[in-house]
Amino acid sequence: MAHFEKANSIGEWLDQRLAVETLKKVMQTEYWIPKNINFLWAMGMVLAATFGILVVSGIFLLMYYKPDTNLAFDSVNYTIMSEVGYGWLWRHVHGVGASLVFLIIYIHMFTGIYYGSYKKGRELIWLSGMGLFVAFSAEAFSGYMLPWGQMSYWAGMVITNLFSGGSLEAYGLVEWIRGDYVPADAFLTRFFMLHVFLLPLVIIGLIVLHFGTLRIPHVNNQDGEEFDYAEAAELYKAGKVKESKVIPFSPVFLSKDVFVMGVYFILFFYLVFYHFEFAMDPVNFDPADGLKTPAHIYPEWYFLWSYEILRPFSKDLGLVAFAIAQVIFFMLPFLDRSPNVAPASRRGLFKYWFWAMLIDVIVLTFMGKLPPTDALFANIGLVSAILFFVLWIALPFITKIEKKL
Amino acid sequence: MAKSEQGRRDFMGMALGGFTALGGIGALYAMKRSWDPLPSVKAAGFTTVDLSGAQPNVLNVEKWRGKPIFVLKKSKDMKTDPRDVVVGSDHFHVSIGLCTHLGCIPAYKPAEHKFLCACHGGEFDASGHQIFGPPPSPLEIPPFKVDGTKLVLGEAGPEYKKMLDAGLTV
Amino acid sequence: MKELKIFGIVAIFTLVLYWGVEPFAHSQMHKHVEGNGFVYDGKADIEEAKTAKKDEKAKAKEAFWANVAKVSKIKGDVAAGEAGFATCMGCHMEGGVNMGGVIPPVLDHAGALYSKNYLIALIKDPAMASNVDHKYADTMTHPMGSIKAMMADDQQIADVVAYLMAKKAGEVTTKEAFTEACSRCHAMRYAKTTQLGDTPTFKYEKDTLAHKIKVIDEQNLVKAYMGKLPPDLSIIIRARGHHFMETFVENPQSQLPGTSMPRVGLSHEGYEKVHAYMTEIGDPSKPAREELGPKVILFFIIFTGLAFLWKKSRWKGHY
Repeated sequence: MAHFEKANSIGEWLDQRLAVETLKKVMQTEYWIPKNINFLWAMGMVLAATFGILVVSGIFLLMYYKPDTNLAFDSVNYTIMSEVGYGWLWRHVHGVGASLVFLIIYIHMFTGIYYGSYKKGRELIWLSGMGLFVAFSAEAFSGYMLPWGQMSYWAGMVITNLFSGGSLEAYGLVEWIRGDYVPADAFLTRFFMLHVFLLPLVIIGLIVLHFGTLRIPHVNNQDGEEFDYAEAAELYKAGKVKESKVIPFSPVFLSKDVFVMGVYFILFFYLVFYHFEFAMDPVNFDPADGLKTPAHIYPEWYFLWSYEILRPFSKDLGLVAFAIAQVIFFMLPFLDRSPNVAPASRRGLFKYWFWAMLIDVIVLTFMGKLPPTDALFANIGLVSAILFFVLWIALPFITKIEKKL
Repeated sequence: MAKSEQGRRDFMGMALGGFTALGGIGALYAMKRSWDPLPSVKAAGFTTVDLSGAQPNVLNVEKWRGKPIFVLKKSKDMKTDPRDVVVGSDHFHVSIGLCTHLGCIPAYKPAEHKFLCACHGGEFDASGHQIFGPPPSPLEIPPFKVDGTKLVLGEAGPEYKKMLDAGLTV
Repeated sequence: MKELKIFGIVAIFTLVLYWGVEPFAHSQMHKHVEGNGFVYDGKADIEEAKTAKKDEKAKAKEAFWANVAKVSKIKGDVAAGEAGFATCMGCHMEGGVNMGGVIPPVLDHAGALYSKNYLIALIKDPAMASNVDHKYADTMTHPMGSIKAMMADDQQIADVVAYLMAKKAGEVTTKEAFTEACSRCHAMRYAKTTQLGDTPTFKYEKDTLAHKIKVIDEQNLVKAYMGKLPPDLSIIIRARGHHFMETFVENPQSQLPGTSMPRVGLSHEGYEKVHAYMTEIGDPSKPAREELGPKVILFFIIFTGLAFLWKKSRWKGHY
């Protein structure tokens, strides 16, 4: 048994038992962040806050939601929306939050791509982040099944059909995934389990990993500059805050973070109260009907770029393209052959690659929403999908020839 | 205490923290309201019983807020009691059919005009007074209102309020 | 400021993304349909027939609606109309019987809910007036088709309609409007109504089940008449949106060509009441949302202001 002296304050008492003072230094007051950053560096905290809001609103929805194909729709659209005190608020917050979390994820991802924050020691930050993107995608998909509206049912039908593997015709696998011949009660309850229990645990684990992978390499900065953190930290602690290249996470970085979060929450709640149809599609307010496909079905906006890569090609080619598109972003640290950690604007051809990729996925997103019957849109979709793969194939070549900075 | 590096008080931080706490209280209020019983549950808290078809000395068990309710029309030879619900010339014994000892449902013995609780042998007379065994108090009378020949359970009518004031029930 | 520029770029890309995925995509998926301001003059019907190159039909419709316009100019006698209305009461009464697939709606507030022109047209030829004549080889076979023969006199029609506009009007609640205009075909489970009216609460399960069977039997009759069971309208206002509902109710063919839903002839005021009821039941949190919204947003504006001041205080001397 270690020796314990009488403590003189609650803080000291806790410190003796939990080392809270050391924790505070390591996680907050002496966790050094570069000063040379902009508001985009706050997106991580914005994501954590949004995830927190999704969990809290989810808890209150979970109290009244009934995971049964006969009861689910009305448990959400009647009980929660009109009977439960502030039930409508949790539902709107949860729906809008689920959509906005992807907007911020994409901004966060493309910030990382732009500044080269995925290489030279930061590969695991990138990989764990991409793992989070996949986990959030699965979480969003499973959540969308729960209201059991028309879109829930038909999205479930179409996406599980993908697993038949085209010409492989693995219908047995599809039935196994569903637990039934079509999306029915078993399908709903297993996606309920995933959405409410398993995937949130996976997400929390990945967030912890993501934070862990940040600690040693430290967060990147606007110039991709490598500098001596120990030296900068000493300068700061000596009071030379202007000369130091770092700031402590708490309270300096945190104070800017909270300001950015405030701006975000104004937008967030404006959408929750006044402008939510983009997040709660009208088609899903029709109860699921296995005998009637709606005139227009489409995934939520954040899946559209990926959906559009599936559509223009023939069945098997489309599936292969789709599968590659899901994992290709993981390969970024290894396909980028240049050692430069710098903003894209200073990286020669990579500058054009970045904006081309960003615009390409936006165009793919537009096309993914539109009916494939229009020839013009179908062609734009095909060209954009091909361009997507051309860009990834080109990446190793253009980065190999990049001039070292 | 939110202190800055230089040891000065972080007033802005405290102001922000305080303001945020206000928002937190608002959120906690919304959460409390979400936990409240639903309107449909509260509405189901009223049951109407039609007394016109009741037979003397035959126990009717109704359901109110998930609990059994004894409605016993007293026959002419049964004693009346200040706890009776009087409808016209008829006297009814109305009570929550849960033994005041530990909550089992006593059975009615029509021949002996009494309730016998099988769990621990407690007995109540036809007016709900405890007469034998562990029950510490009479059968509870639910809030009620007489509406013609109907009894509305869940609504505290004047007759019920009088009983409450006289200490005839809790 | 560099950060403002970066914010601008992010904002522009986000707004472009939103535009493409929402307003633009939806405009491509749903072509805009113009309504007719709840004026029933057959304009859309005639245009429809002309576009489909059904010239015989177009001519017949032109003649029909011109006839209706003629009758609308005749001064109707309310007292005479009351006598004429007795013919209608035979079918259109409270607790009515299913006739040819549907229970005839109650007409207690017909004068307040429906357009005068439409009522005239309906008595002249129900199938033509409600724009479902495409379902019938002979419009006499419409469940109300026989009225053409029973009440053929223009003055008589003008009298009955005048009676309706004068005596069967008055204050009508949103629920009454919906019940009279829609609920013979459309259930609304969130309002606990079916095609048989309000669902009572029964003490015994047997009675609950007996009522359910009656409802199912009635729904089967409506389904046979319509081709499929008209959807439950509990949350239709969120499933279709306001503009769609308005143009659809005014003329179902304009949004769903070939549908068997009849045009019901609501006037503008009548539709407003029905729309209000659909919003009450389908979007009941709307008032609470509009009340709480400004407060929450104001909270975060103040929060952001305080956060900005905190940020300034922590960053002092750092630049």
